[in-house]
Amino acid sequence: MSKINREIICIVCPTGCRIHVSGDNPQALSITGNECKRGEEYALKEITDPRRTLITTVQLNHGRLRRLPVRTNVEIPKRSLFPCMEIINRTEVEAPVEVGQVIISDILGTGADIVATRSMTRA
Amino acid sequence: MENYDIVVIGGGPAGMAAAVAAREMGIENILLIERDRELGGILQQCIHNGFGLRHFEEDLTGPEFSERYIQRIEELDIPSKLDTMVLNVTENREVVLVNAREGLKAVKAGAIVLAMGCRERARGAINIPGSRPAGVFTAGTAQRLINIEGYMVGKKIMMLGTGDIGLIMARRLTLEGSKVIAVLARKPYPGGLMRNVVQCLYDYDIPLMLQHTVVKILGKDRVRGVLVARTDENSLPIPGTEELYECDTLILSVGLIPENELSLSAGIELDRRTGGPIVNESRETRVPGIFACGNVVHVHDLVDFVVEESEMAGKGAARFVQRSFVQRPVECDDASIALLPGRGLKYVVPQLVNAANVEDRLDLFLRVNRVYGPSYIEVKDGRESIKKVKRPRMNPGEMERVRISRSNIETIKGSNLIVEATEVEG
Repeated sequence: MSKINREIICIVCPTGCRIHVSGDNPQALSITGNECKRGEEYALKEITDPRRTLITTVQLNHGRLRRLPVRTNVEIPKRSLFPCMEIINRTEVEAPVEVGQVIISDILGTGADIVATRSMTRA
Repeated sequence: MENYDIVVIGGGPAGMAAAVAAREMGIENILLIERDRELGGILQQCIHNGFGLRHFEEDLTGPEFSERYIQRIEELDIPSKLDTMVLNVTENREVVLVNAREGLKAVKAGAIVLAMGCRERARGAINIPGSRPAGVFTAGTAQRLINIEGYMVGKKIMMLGTGDIGLIMARRLTLEGSKVIAVLARKPYPGGLMRNVVQCLYDYDIPLMLQHTVVKILGKDRVRGVLVARTDENSLPIPGTEELYECDTLILSVGLIPENELSLSAGIELDRRTGGPIVNESRETRVPGIFACGNVVHVHDLVDFVVEESEMAGKGAARFVQRSFVQRPVECDDASIALLPGRGLKYVVPQLVNAANVEDRLDLFLRVNRVYGPSYIEVKDGRESIKKVKRPRMNPGEMERVRISRSNIETIKGSNLIVEATEVEG
């Protein structure tokens, strides 16, 4: 059983608390240094299952611009960021597109959809 | 000459929010002028999230935030001229503009709102010696090329400067397959927010080299490498510490400057601390009827605050046109209260207050000049403190807001208010 002893800089808000997480039992860790409740949740998540929002662009055909900005609608596991990029890089979208439109649903079985973050008319 | 009640220059979040606020005050005849091919401004290329947490209470990307405002502009039927450049603004509120459809023309405005935003400091502003090959970009230019135009800027990248845009671009370039060799900071601490250092650099194992800078750019047609030196306690390069890093691209994220050529053409007085116009509580400049808001006034770190400030300017311009705005006699400054940055402050906005125009409260936006631990900000009328607020910590990278109620404003006796920051002992 490995002892957990990590300092995590919180990314929930601009304050950037340095949160110390330690303990033997993953079910009962000691969490100190956070100024708010959200920091505690973030620190715990960062130890057990770190997640991020993925933001990038996809190729857009026949649109007014060549790239369409997209995001995951919920956070995905950190280790899935690059595998998801590979899928997104092979994706092409046909204009017109509406903001919020699902471009890839349930990407890599993460439960997250890749959605458009802007509308784009046809050229 | 065409006449408008209000002409807004700049169709980014500041200009759009000002135009919306003016229309909501009942001004019909508004023109919004934008030099790009669409409204939205720089937000359109800021495809990352973190926008709108205050204003919409949602975590939006730049394009999502700006689309909400563009929709509002369309709903309110506010006309705009795109691909249009304003060449000159005069103090009697004539605006000279040019575009491919109408050529050169002048329009007359009842009031003007300046919302031109800011631009990036480039290589010339920091004097990096060396040759002038292709492959040197500012972070914002790289961002536009990658996120909007669809061009990669390079494969092996060195980044100088740790502004938030730079940090975000380091992550973006890595996701798109480039190798970011390192991000260099002249100072012993990064300029951007710590959360961006974590989620943009640490997450992707991009080295952050504190106290380092670029002293020479090498390459003939394309960047072939940069010489990097360590910096001393004054952030100056230490001779003899130079090391060569091979790369094909250098990206600069070394600060932003309010874009005020038009303000100067109208004879508007600037504040050398902010680099933007001196403004009052309604964001009116020293030239009557010309208002300013957003990054042209001072560089903000949150678009939510830009929008708040722009609503004041839009409202002020509307009241000016409707003649419900209490005008300060131009030649007589005694009618307004001057707000002065005192000990510990880099600047405070607004710089002037005309108490008669303050509705229920006055918001002061300010920055401190160094990192502060537990401290307080105090607003003083002579020796008397009229407002005192505590802060757990402050740093120059984060704008602070202090709210003063109308009842407090009414009790002011002097003609100056001094704003100070003080660290709590122990």
